[in-house]
Amino acid sequence: MTFNPTNLARALEIVAQYPRPKSAILPLAHLAQDQDGWLTPEAMREIAELVDVTPAEVLGTCSFYTMFKRTPCGTYVVSVCTNVTCLVLGGPEILEHLEDRYADDPDVHVEEVECLAACGNAPSMQVNYEFHEHLNPDLAAAIVDDYKSGELTARGVSGGRQ
Amino acid sequence: MSDATTTPVGETRFVTARLRERPDDSWTIEGALASGAYNAFRQALTMDAESIGKEQVAASGLRGRGGAGFPTATKWSFLPPDLAPRYLVANGDEGEPSTFKDRMLVERDPHQLVEGIAIAAYSIGCHQAFVYLRGEFALGYERLMQAIKDAHARGFLGQNIQGSGFDLEIAVHRGAGAYICGEETALLESLEGERGMPRIRPPFPAIAGLYAKPTVINNVETLSTLPHIVTMGGAKYAELGVNKSTGTRIFSLSGHVKRPGNYEVELGITFRDLIFSPELGGGTPSGRPVKFFIPGGASSQWLTGSDEHLDAPLDMDFVQQTFGVMLGSGAVMVYDDTVNPVLVAWRLAKFFAHESCGKCTPCREGAGWIEKVLYRISHGQGRPGDLDLLFSVGNSISPGVLNAPFTQTTICPLGPSAVSGVASLHKYFRDEVVEMCRRGPRTIPVSAEVTR
Ligand SMILES: Cc1cc2nc3c(=O)[nH]c(=O)nc-3n(C[C@H](O)[C@H](O)[C@H](O)COP(=O)(O)O)c2cc1C
Ligand code: SF4
Ligand code: FES
Repeated sequence: MTFNPTNLARALEIVAQYPRPKSAILPLAHLAQDQDGWLTPEAMREIAELVDVTPAEVLGTCSFYTMFKRTPCGTYVVSVCTNVTCLVLGGPEILEHLEDRYADDPDVHVEEVECLAACGNAPSMQVNYEFHEHLNPDLAAAIVDDYKSGELTARGVSGGRQ
Repeated sequence: MSDATTTPVGETRFVTARLRERPDDSWTIEGALASGAYNAFRQALTMDAESIGKEQVAASGLRGRGGAGFPTATKWSFLPPDLAPRYLVANGDEGEPSTFKDRMLVERDPHQLVEGIAIAAYSIGCHQAFVYLRGEFALGYERLMQAIKDAHARGFLGQNIQGSGFDLEIAVHRGAGAYICGEETALLESLEGERGMPRIRPPFPAIAGLYAKPTVINNVETLSTLPHIVTMGGAKYAELGVNKSTGTRIFSLSGHVKRPGNYEVELGITFRDLIFSPELGGGTPSGRPVKFFIPGGASSQWLTGSDEHLDAPLDMDFVQQTFGVMLGSGAVMVYDDTVNPVLVAWRLAKFFAHESCGKCTPCREGAGWIEKVLYRISHGQGRPGDLDLLFSVGNSISPGVLNAPFTQTTICPLGPSAVSGVASLHKYFRDEVVEMCRRGPRTIPVSAEVTR
């Protein structure tokens, strides 16, 4: 058993929402990741049972999607955009600065991502899927530090990680 | 191209009206109801369901805002009559680089989307709708879920809505970080719990879509426009805009402009208006000239800062026929003359190479190849024949890529999109690229970079 009782009840509701159970793989994987911080093999096995497919099918689906982390990835997922608007407004410099600064910090997972649909206020990033915009390298680092100190929290839709 | 030469052109707000009027509570049920939400749906419920699509939406000339610009009423009309169940899916995956309008609509006016879905579902006889929402939109998810809950509580969703006998449920399905899931058949695969890989058409989704049942897929902005079409009447809506590009559209303006952001404007104003008008983009912050801009999102080919291009109207057919570019998802990225176009082309190629689902060889291999060659050129390692090499790879993915309409050797249009940057370099920046290839400092062996 991986899902705690509350999440198991929620999982059953989610499955019931779809005409076919297999459709629930993505939402259940999100739910499991919210709970555990990453998508564990046990969770994928439980999802397989809930939607009545093989664990290999769940892995087959989930491995396609970059938001599903199949290895532990720390408490804070910092997603920095370097796509073509952020590219010319300083995104790559922010990425480089954060990668250096948190290189040895197991709590912080810095990743380069594609356009976050926040180009109007570029350069942009997300921390546990909360948007932060109009950034520069120092400001971005200060924001990550605020999460670490508890000054900022994420709503945790995809991370009970906060 | 100074500001002084431009006529100020402002916004025309329908789809963005509520979120501008009520900046503090447009997303709540109270705020939305106070500014007229669900009145159009109530009105629709008194109308003959089919007539909404066949008469009002058809007369409005509304075309999809997701990318392809297909007429919405025509799409609905492809549904086989009397086949149930049928599904409606709102496409809120919004991954097209530089597009950020749907996120705004979901976060700041979710009730307008719910109302638009309800009107569309009523018209096509659908009782189960889905919203495919980009996974990264945590705030949007929260607000949309709340909006659906509140709409239920007020009797705008569920059983026997407003005593009309019409039933509707909306489920929200979050994606998980794959751009290709915005493509409608990949989206359906993802919604069925599969890897998001496009399907070969035909059959088209209207005939065999979600769970092989008749399915309509419409963009969030397309659906959010429906309440306004019902309220003002299709014919009145069609008076806005130009030619077959009727109504207003939200343009996501970003890059080197003073006032980046989402602007809802009447179709038919020019790119110059959009980029330079003081009420809209306001020109480049540096005052330097626009070197090039990407209309229609990353998938489109580019235009330059020439008068011919800047003075082109925002008219889907005109820009397609005249320049082979598209208004696509309504995003305009602006670059001043400090920007190296090869670097932009490389970053776009990297995006497409990363997001290729891998189902077709030309796209999977070609996009990666283009990325590597553009990388070496933009990082000073170019070789003399590189532009021709790029073009030959591009031509294999998308034959005739310089002459719209080009064809494709792939299942979905992502393959050709991956070539847009190369085609644009070829058309407008050929000399610059050749020069870069010629003078690149060859301090490290080229192969080290290529196989990085
Ligand atoms: C690679 C690719 C990505 C796409 N991404 C989106 C998207 O994020 N949102 C969207 O509405 N349409 C997207 N589309 C277009 C959809 O396939 C589809 O045409 C659209 O959702 C239909 O809605 P509309 O007729 O209201 O525009 C994409 C198409 C392709 C080929
Ligand atoms: S063109 Fe590319 S993204 Fe589209 S189906 Fe083929 S491999 Fe996948
Ligand atoms: S390019 Fe960075 S958010 Fe769009």
